[in-house]
Amino acid sequence: MTPRKWDKIATFVLYMISIFIIFVLAFLLLYILISGLPNVSWHFITSKSSSFQAGGGIGVQLFNSVYLLVLAMIISVPLSLGAGIWLSEYAPKNWITSLIRNAIEILSSLPSVVVGLFGFLVFSINMKFGFSILSGALALTVFNLPLLTRKVEDSLQAIHYTQREAGYALGLSRWETVIHVVVPAALPGIITGMILGMGRIFGEAAALIYTAGQSSPSLDFSNWNPLYIASPLNPMRSAETLAVHIWKINSEGIIPDATQVSAASSAVLVLFVLLLNFLARYVGNRLYARLTGVKERN
Amino acid sequence: MNNDEIRANLLKRSRASRNERFGKLISGACITIIIAVVVSIFYFVASKGLATFFEDKVNLWKFLTGTIWNPSAKDAQGNPQVGALPMIVGSFSVTFLAAIIATPFAIGAAVFMTEISPRLGKKVLQPVIELLVGIPSVVYGFIGLSVVVPFVRHTFGGSGFGILSGTFVLFVMILPTVTSMTVDALKSVPRAYREASLALGATRWQTIYKVVLRASTSGIITAVVFGMSRAFGEALAVQMVIGNAMLLPQNLISPASTLTSVLTMGMGNSVMGSLSNNALWSLALLLLIMPLIFNILIRWIGKKGAMR
Amino acid sequence: MKTYDSEDRYIKDLDDGKREIALSTDDIHVSYGTHEAIHGVSLAFERFKITALIGASGSGKSTYLRSLNRMNDNIAGTKVTGKIMYRGLDVNSNEVDVYEMRKHIGMVFQQPNPFAKSIYDNITFALQRHGEKRKDVLDETVETTLKQAGLWEQVKDDLHQSALALSGGQAQRLCIARAIAMKPDILLLDEPAAVLDPISTATLEETLMELKERYTIIIVTHNMQQAGRISDYTAFFHLGNALEYDETRKIFTRPKIQATEDYVSGHFG
Repeated sequence: MTPRKWDKIATFVLYMISIFIIFVLAFLLLYILISGLPNVSWHFITSKSSSFQAGGGIGVQLFNSVYLLVLAMIISVPLSLGAGIWLSEYAPKNWITSLIRNAIEILSSLPSVVVGLFGFLVFSINMKFGFSILSGALALTVFNLPLLTRKVEDSLQAIHYTQREAGYALGLSRWETVIHVVVPAALPGIITGMILGMGRIFGEAAALIYTAGQSSPSLDFSNWNPLYIASPLNPMRSAETLAVHIWKINSEGIIPDATQVSAASSAVLVLFVLLLNFLARYVGNRLYARLTGVKERN
Repeated sequence: MNNDEIRANLLKRSRASRNERFGKLISGACITIIIAVVVSIFYFVASKGLATFFEDKVNLWKFLTGTIWNPSAKDAQGNPQVGALPMIVGSFSVTFLAAIIATPFAIGAAVFMTEISPRLGKKVLQPVIELLVGIPSVVYGFIGLSVVVPFVRHTFGGSGFGILSGTFVLFVMILPTVTSMTVDALKSVPRAYREASLALGATRWQTIYKVVLRASTSGIITAVVFGMSRAFGEALAVQMVIGNAMLLPQNLISPASTLTSVLTMGMGNSVMGSLSNNALWSLALLLLIMPLIFNILIRWIGKKGAMR
Repeated sequence: MKTYDSEDRYIKDLDDGKREIALSTDDIHVSYGTHEAIHGVSLAFERFKITALIGASGSGKSTYLRSLNRMNDNIAGTKVTGKIMYRGLDVNSNEVDVYEMRKHIGMVFQQPNPFAKSIYDNITFALQRHGEKRKDVLDETVETTLKQAGLWEQVKDDLHQSALALSGGQAQRLCIARAIAMKPDILLLDEPAAVLDPISTATLEETLMELKERYTIIIVTHNMQQAGRISDYTAFFHLGNALEYDETRKIFTRPKIQATEDYVSGHFG
């Protein structure tokens, strides 16, 4: 066979592979949405789940997922900002810094189930937080921190050094230059990273099974005092999230409509993650445009 | 301001300098917390995981090669039955098989995106890959359960649960990661290489195969190892389709288990401090060490690649 | 490159009691790691005059300039020794607060570097951080500094637009406005016209000539015509040493050192 013929065949194969990957995604999305969306109703996303009969909803799980997401972000955003700033602005060039970078990289490569088990051991048992929203939020923070930190550092590093010099030359400290000049300029990248991190957290289950727990107590949605035991906001109660719920009904298989409920829950989960993905792009581009007065990001 | 005032101000510690000290303190504290987390993960998991060997006197070799996992009972000689080999074999099987299937697809897609049609790659394939990364692992598990398992059952027989189903699910899960890292590797090949090859009359495929892929081999291997590290640590999606039988897998379609699946199933059912619990922590320790080994492997490959 | 005897120097001592000195350095050495880039430079700068630092690339003129307000502090591994005297204080010592000092010794860089903020905020931001909150004072500062920098007429209707949309010459003049908003004594300019077109450069030079009534200006430039046009004094740098320092007129007409003569006449290197 001639090289030219091989070239044709190879090109054909490469096209086929690409089409296959697009097909896989299309199949996944269509499968989830077609099998899930018909079961999604207002009733489904607001009512309580049932343990044994069909017809349960995911209201509490959805609330738990969002609440855990918010708490985890409240803890991890400032921490990752501070750590990212340190790495980008203050880190001296020596072996300690490279050790620290390695440690963060290792943390990001740990399987989420290990993070969950660590959270179980330290937050739930040693610190006596039990299966609680607090334990879950802390575990999610550990899971989320390394990627957010790296994203912050990368976004800050992308801002040219002359921006910092401008601040220093005006008698500003490095810290205020970073906070008021470099961070705002790096905001599109940072926000995009944060929103993508939110998507990751929202779908995470393995880190939560043994920290936030696999069940929720009965909640009183009329009392929002976080100190009240049955309050939805009580951080010391256990909380099954949407992702954990999908896992649990599939592996236990007690409720008769497990397939429908998981399909519908998956659809809600995927739609939420898709939404965050688009939001990340949109917000990133908008912020960039606002900041620079430039229309398109190129 | 007169001269004396300016001099006095110059000799005082300014607001900015106090602010600088504050900032150093805050950001230093943040990084310290992260480092403390990393250290304590290793400390706590290791102290629990090593208890099996130091307190319960389980032989490390027997732990790694034993084939019977039944920590609550003892064998005829009175030794605890904590053989982790079935799970270790299970984990490595799904990891390697998934990587073997994913690699050609990832390379193919990456070559398409960088060499054949960068425009379609950027407009279509890139977003597709980003979306695939974003799908939560329980959703992969659910689809595995409702699509892959029945498919395997009908096509290959058996219950459908097993290593093959786990492999298929992991293949789709690591494909986007390996692809995007391969894209980066291909992009780092200087354009001049391609132009030189094409100018010598080579076809596009010859250029890709003989020049671009050769030049980026270490980057591609890194991508694959990285994907394997991901696959090895994936818990729920695999646990949902593998069947969770703690037996040495006889074939690809019989129920099996992985380190992660045993941990997710078992941790809630054992008492802290008991041997069966400690043995689970030993599995967790294995799971903690593997990413390190993959990490070292990636660096080693990177160094080799850089030396060439 | 031709080699010159670096001991062959002529440094005019301006600090002779006949004029007011704004800033002077005594035996400044700058090193990066083990490499010494400046080998002991001692110059005095007269108040309300423009002093140009000239010399080939790598002669150390920019490095020297950047050490005057301790901008080199932020580059890891850099060490600056020697005295930098300002108002009777050695600003190169730990007893002087570096942030406070930079309010008095401002700097404009080669690459225009406006913040990713509005034109208005570019000028007022640092003032606000330093505690100036009065709106009327800030408004007033924006107007006067933009006028001094020759930018007011072009941007007065777009003060709240992003500064990143300005052209290179406009952005550089905004940076000058931003620097003089701090009411500094001394302005350091590091090749401010290097990336500007000839028309912007001419405008910038006019601006500098007006600014010298209020500020002591030290400017690094590659462009000898520019140095000749605007400066009162000129220092010629060569391989990390200041070889000749004198009135600009003398440097360009009757240099005392062979290296200076070769450089200003274009026979250099």
